[in-house]
Amino acid sequence: MSQELLFNALITGLFLGGFYAAVSVGITIAFGMLDIVNIAHPAFIMLGAFIAFYLNSNFGIDPLVASLIAILPAFIGGRLFYKIYYYAFERHGEESLQGLAFFFGILFIVEVGLLLVFGVDYRFVEANYIRKTIDLGYISLPLRLVIPMIAGLTIVAAIHLFTSRSFLGRAILAVSQDPGALRIVGGNPVRVKEIAFGLSIATAVVAGALLIIIQPVEPSLGREYIGRVFAICVLGGMTSLSGTVVASFVVGIAEALTTTFGGPSWAPAVAFGLLILTLIVRPEGIFGR
Amino acid sequence: MNAIGHTAPLPATSISSRRVRRYLVPIAASVLIVLFGFAVLDWISFEYAYLATYTILQYVVLATAWNILGGYAGYVNFGVAGFFALGVYTCVFNYKTLQLPLPVIIMVAGLIAGIVGLGMGYLTLRLRGVFFSIATLAFAIVLNTVFNNWRFVGGARGVPVLRPDAPLFFGTYPRYLFGLILFLAIAAVLIARAIEYSWLGRGLAAIRDDEIAAECSGVPALRLKLIAATISGGLIGMAGAPFPYFITYVDPASAFNLTIAVNTVAMPVIGGMTSWVGPVIGAVLLGTLQQVTTVTISSALSLMLVGILLVTFVALAPRGIIGLIKSLQRQSP
Repeated sequence: MSQELLFNALITGLFLGGFYAAVSVGITIAFGMLDIVNIAHPAFIMLGAFIAFYLNSNFGIDPLVASLIAILPAFIGGRLFYKIYYYAFERHGEESLQGLAFFFGILFIVEVGLLLVFGVDYRFVEANYIRKTIDLGYISLPLRLVIPMIAGLTIVAAIHLFTSRSFLGRAILAVSQDPGALRIVGGNPVRVKEIAFGLSIATAVVAGALLIIIQPVEPSLGREYIGRVFAICVLGGMTSLSGTVVASFVVGIAEALTTTFGGPSWAPAVAFGLLILTLIVRPEGIFGR
Repeated sequence: MNAIGHTAPLPATSISSRRVRRYLVPIAASVLIVLFGFAVLDWISFEYAYLATYTILQYVVLATAWNILGGYAGYVNFGVAGFFALGVYTCVFNYKTLQLPLPVIIMVAGLIAGIVGLGMGYLTLRLRGVFFSIATLAFAIVLNTVFNNWRFVGGARGVPVLRPDAPLFFGTYPRYLFGLILFLAIAAVLIARAIEYSWLGRGLAAIRDDEIAAECSGVPALRLKLIAATISGGLIGMAGAPFPYFITYVDPASAFNLTIAVNTVAMPVIGGMTSWVGPVIGAVLLGTLQQVTTVTISSALSLMLVGILLVTFVALAPRGIIGLIKSLQRQSP
């Protein structure tokens, strides 16, 4: 009996982990690579969730398709957002303290904005795969977990291909290693960062659509994800995409085990506990150099 | 910064006048504020006036306390709600067990939150400032989960707190709460002011400007940051202790109140973070504004307003209202 519980918890954790990879890859780009402490990232995830909800409930668009529609506006919006951030803070070298307060404010503006538009009720999407389950006898795989995991891992794989193969992607890695050197070889770090940040926001919006497939959402749910995304990013070694995936699985499994054996009310503390533990014991993360 | 200016030796004749300015003026001002505050509110003699003023003064304590670490040293603490809730639940625990008088509990809450602040600081203040901020955010959520699951102090459902009779002289309980928080607010401001003009404040300012340079010139950065984290955390916890008697029903949602967390960061930023005056101005202005908008429009909108003000100020006037006033003064003559 408890073995079956354990097994199911591990499976659920793996699926959650795949989804968490999609949630935190944006932070790995923004915080790890670009050194932009975007604590408003989870708010953009919620924004994505509510975009999917809006398109789904009003036009019957599948949440996955809705997320594809939202990618381009999110990318452009993210670039604009970075421009504001750059001209207000980064240009003066005042990004640390003021930037944090700035993103903290943005976090609440987005959250309260969603609250004012959509209210405090839990919202969910309709799609024919959400209630289906693949039953494999011993274990059961709900499709609402399987699809976000596949989508999440696809996103990370795509970003990995982009950063390792394409010219622009390599420029992003270069900016994360040494913006000054990039400038010397004729690149424009600000433009590269702008594109990378747009990419980061785009992943947040897609992750939001995946989130609303997994569970009903309300605007303040994003706060739970602040700890998760940063825990995963730090645990994974800040800049490493493969580290992010492994850390996502670690956090996902740890949460699923806690939910199964300690009760769901303890689950929010898991990621945060892991984060504090990582910061204390090994701030460079599992994969850090 | 002008940190060095303060250390320059002053002529002997000015020492006594300096002492007057440093000690007598603030004490006289505090006494006046207490008398004036009670006089005005008693004249209004309307219970809501005490409670509205309580909220604003609570923010004076929180903003001032937060600024000791956030403004002076430049380490942004997002875990205000956690320290505040430590105070709140110290009071609830006491309410359920010993029922000691509130002033004692405020001291105990300050002690507990101060020790936790020291511990948090010891674990995370050696890292980059950003990690400290994220860790404090995480700390608040972990604590929130703990209190959600701790049935004895109400768990997720919460617990009602009955106000006992007010002590003599104070008359009604809201008036007593007002007196306590007024005392705390004055104490917090005096402490922040004393820190600002002391070796501690100068050291923290040096850390804020350039931590590595400060360490190289002999500032014991970690020790100063730890002292600041302890005082700051302790004061925030003290502000939380009377809160259960203010709202009379405590659950994690109210103890870890989002509005409190946002306001406490927003007020010093809007007022100006480098001196003790900034958080006070920010708390009084923003606190009053919020009281008005919450009553007249809605609490969600008033939170939105704070968010917008925070972003606007941090982007356009990072020195806050104090900075705006100073730049105006510089232009006019």
